[in-house]
Amino acid sequence: MSSTIAVVDYGMGNLRSVSKALEHVVLDNQRVIISSDAQEIADAERVVFPGQGAARACMQHLQELDLNEVVLQAAREKPFLGICMGMQVLMAHSEENQGVDCMNLYAGEVRAFADAALKSQMQSLKIPHMGWSMVSQKQAHPLWQDIQENSRFYFVHSYYVAPEDTALVAGTTEYGIEFVSAIARKNVFAAQFHPEKSAHDGLQLLKNFCRWDGQV
Amino acid sequence: MALAKRIIPCLDVDNGRVVKGVQFVDIRDAGDPVEVARRYDAEGADEITFLDITASSDDRETIVHVVEKVANEVFIPLTVGGGIRTIDDVRRMLNAGADKVAINTAAVFNPEFVREASDIVGSQCIVVAIDAKQVSGEGEPLRWEIFTHGGRKPTGLDAIKWAMKMVEYGAGEILLTSMDRDGTKIGFDLPLTRAISEAVSVPVIASGGVGNLDHLADGVIEGKADAVLAASIFHFAEYTVQEAKQHMADRGIEMRL
Repeated sequence: MSSTIAVVDYGMGNLRSVSKALEHVVLDNQRVIISSDAQEIADAERVVFPGQGAARACMQHLQELDLNEVVLQAAREKPFLGICMGMQVLMAHSEENQGVDCMNLYAGEVRAFADAALKSQMQSLKIPHMGWSMVSQKQAHPLWQDIQENSRFYFVHSYYVAPEDTALVAGTTEYGIEFVSAIARKNVFAAQFHPEKSAHDGLQLLKNFCRWDGQV
Repeated sequence: MALAKRIIPCLDVDNGRVVKGVQFVDIRDAGDPVEVARRYDAEGADEITFLDITASSDDRETIVHVVEKVANEVFIPLTVGGGIRTIDDVRRMLNAGADKVAINTAAVFNPEFVREASDIVGSQCIVVAIDAKQVSGEGEPLRWEIFTHGGRKPTGLDAIKWAMKMVEYGAGEILLTSMDRDGTKIGFDLPLTRAISEAVSVPVIASGGVGNLDHLADGVIEGKADAVLAASIFHFAEYTVQEAKQHMADRGIEMRL
């Protein structure tokens, strides 16, 4: 039986890299689709929720395409992987674009790096945080399998998530401050970094996701 | 624990082939962009930049296919520059699998294009490429200006002010090439690199002049660059990317090894 991995397409950035990277690591009976169709996404066995760009546009597109509910539903019941913006919009609210209400799967905020606390450290940190940073694993999780502690992943972002419940934290990274670079609960795993652009370790994480039953 | 500095090999692509003679010992066809990109990825390149130098506009479509083919197999960030003039060009490259596009001449002639592009696809995808040349004479305070057409045409634009303006317009990264140093193998223009890097809030990639591994390290340590780009030292197998990264790490620079 073939099983489908749906990459949610809501018009936010390049999904080709995500789907190609997944195709590189899928099992023989798995197939990767890029979809903006609610039914297809609902029918998929696994869902990848990527995204780049700005929070407001992201939420707008989700609403216009009427995908909000199907994405939330997927996040409640099947192996679900959020990437970058696809992680941030799972939170309740983002500081970006003068404040945007997000999907509210998890209580907490998305914050800008360029706040006063960061600047007061007298470090000339470049924003966006762009490049390869270490991820410290804060939970034992099937998606970290065969990935060493403090492996480097590729990041490109100016905002980071601050979940209220620290039990969600699956990975942290330092960039001026220590921020949450991965979260996980039940069948959901989400990362601020781009596994599809993180060479070997990124592919390993995607490979783990393709084989994950959604249990921790 | 800090962010690693990046090494970015740059490939000049003409008509779908890597030019400037790439010589890898154990690669059958060194002109094939996919083979070359794969090799650099295996050596630990942090990113790869393609510069489309195809002169004829009829052949522009070729680079799209190159990006597609590479993106299917190489899973690190890819940047494409050369001939990016319209939002359509930007979209085509991103859809083909590029993560960023580098805008050069079009930014000089129409700065609004940078604003428009970054509004639509996000600053993180927009690199503004700056070709700068020193214009101050001996004994004068250092000053650099923007040149177009491969360094032949002056624009009268001050390089530092221009870089700041481009960031204000939405550039997420600056690719800075010293036209005085390009092809010389005597090292980056470090005062220029440092001046731009300290003036802007976004990452700066140093380019132009790399002849040995110390030049790469100097670009980061003295030039304050966030990433270093080089072409010929890697193409001619003088050094591998891996050796370059190790050398930079040995000089105390945080690298992804």
